[in-house]
Amino acid sequence: MADLEVHAEAPTGVAVESGPAVELDALRRNYGERAALAGVSLTLAGGRTLVVFGPNGAGKTTLLRVLATLLRPHAGRVRVLGEELPRDAWRTRGRIALLGHEPLLYRELSARENLRYHAQLHGVTPERVEERLRAVAMIERADEPVRTLSRGMVQRVAVARATLHDPELLLLDEPYANLDPAAIELVEPLIGVDSGRTRVLTSHDPLRGLAEADVVLGLRGGRVALLGGADSIDPDDVAGLYR
Amino acid sequence: MSPTAHAPVGEHGLQEPHARTGPTSHVPVGTAKVVRALVRKELLVELRTLESVPGMALFAVTTFVVFHFALNQNTVSGQEAAGILWVTLLFAAMLGVNRLFVADADQGGFDGFLLAPVDRTALLFAKALALLCYLLVLELVAVPAFGLLLLGPPLGQALPGLLAPLALGDLGVAAIGTLVAALAVRTRARDLLGPLLALPLLVPIVIGCARASAPLLASAHPGGPALRWIATLALYDLVFGLIAYAVFDFLLED
Repeated sequence: MADLEVHAEAPTGVAVESGPAVELDALRRNYGERAALAGVSLTLAGGRTLVVFGPNGAGKTTLLRVLATLLRPHAGRVRVLGEELPRDAWRTRGRIALLGHEPLLYRELSARENLRYHAQLHGVTPERVEERLRAVAMIERADEPVRTLSRGMVQRVAVARATLHDPELLLLDEPYANLDPAAIELVEPLIGVDSGRTRVLTSHDPLRGLAEADVVLGLRGGRVALLGGADSIDPDDVAGLYR
Repeated sequence: MSPTAHAPVGEHGLQEPHARTGPTSHVPVGTAKVVRALVRKELLVELRTLESVPGMALFAVTTFVVFHFALNQNTVSGQEAAGILWVTLLFAAMLGVNRLFVADADQGGFDGFLLAPVDRTALLFAKALALLCYLLVLELVAVPAFGLLLLGPPLGQALPGLLAPLALGDLGVAAIGTLVAALAVRTRARDLLGPLLALPLLVPIVIGCARASAPLLASAHPGGPALRWIATLALYDLVFGLIAYAVFDFLLED
């Protein structure tokens, strides 16, 4: 396997008045004895997209969960939307959204009931729930239990849930999995590049990922194997992560 | 409002989460509203799945039937009756305690809640309230069944006095059960760990409730509830309620 050159330059981005959206400095997170993340450092400007590549078990989901304040860093420094984690994590909740492998929906409740529940947790109006259901074209199936919906429909409802409270930062774990092209077109305005939000997403698709990325991070064994602006990363470098 | 602006201090001394302007502009969500939303969700899920309450009620009634035949006596009274009633209610309650957080653990409910800008102790209050509701329904079935199947003295005359030990027992089970269930649910051996942790903590409640109820269930010269034991139960509930409130946040951290 060819050694991958670590791109250590600071990524470029639009200067945002409130500072970088994500700042990591030697982030470490363990699971028992094993380092799921070690020495991860990067900066992501507001409104930009960071795409994270890496084989299974590389630490991609762990990184998203740390940024989402669901996991505490064990070492290093993490700042999200200007707030230090975990000390000021409460300030970021309500401003970030996580769209992971689990849709975070109760299977016995309908899409509408699930979204209303999340709306109540985030102080969002019921009208917004209806607007989101229309945006993901789930109004007609909104009152059926989630367990009766197809995986693609569940993912659409999950996108509605994640964007219900108009988050500033989107943390997306393979967001287009289970979505057909028509559904991808539906959710693009909500979670895609054109949403205007800061995004951190994981991907196994080098071409699509590089097309969306402003900054690219490649992880292997929890460590940074690739880091740089998307313009400077070759698809072969990304493919090399998986060999 | 800029992301770094100082947020006002809300109830419980917590600073209020960030408030934004725009189509989803909203004031920070108060704890009472969050508790209401959580309880509503809990009860809705239970109504749809019937995973806890029917099992609890069926267990209790079945246990009374078994006692009815196994004791080989037509009726029980006094301390014996109180012991049978409270041990049965305890083990029936454990079925509900074991299931309390399972849906959240299995369907991502924990993450959904932890991502929200809310006071995390709202989950403790909501789960305890939900468990209280389940216990209430259990007792609406189990206590009359007990009166019918086992109790010698008429239940009607004992019932007003039983309300205090029932209420205090339920509060204690709700507080301790919620705490232990939250602790156990994230482990692999949650079905084993829950009862292992909960039962030693709940035994004093069973003892207190049984001792408080025994005079009410006596066949000859039934009396009022033993006030010393009522006071002990109330104190025990208070202590464990405070412990649950103090440590619950830490149980949710990872």
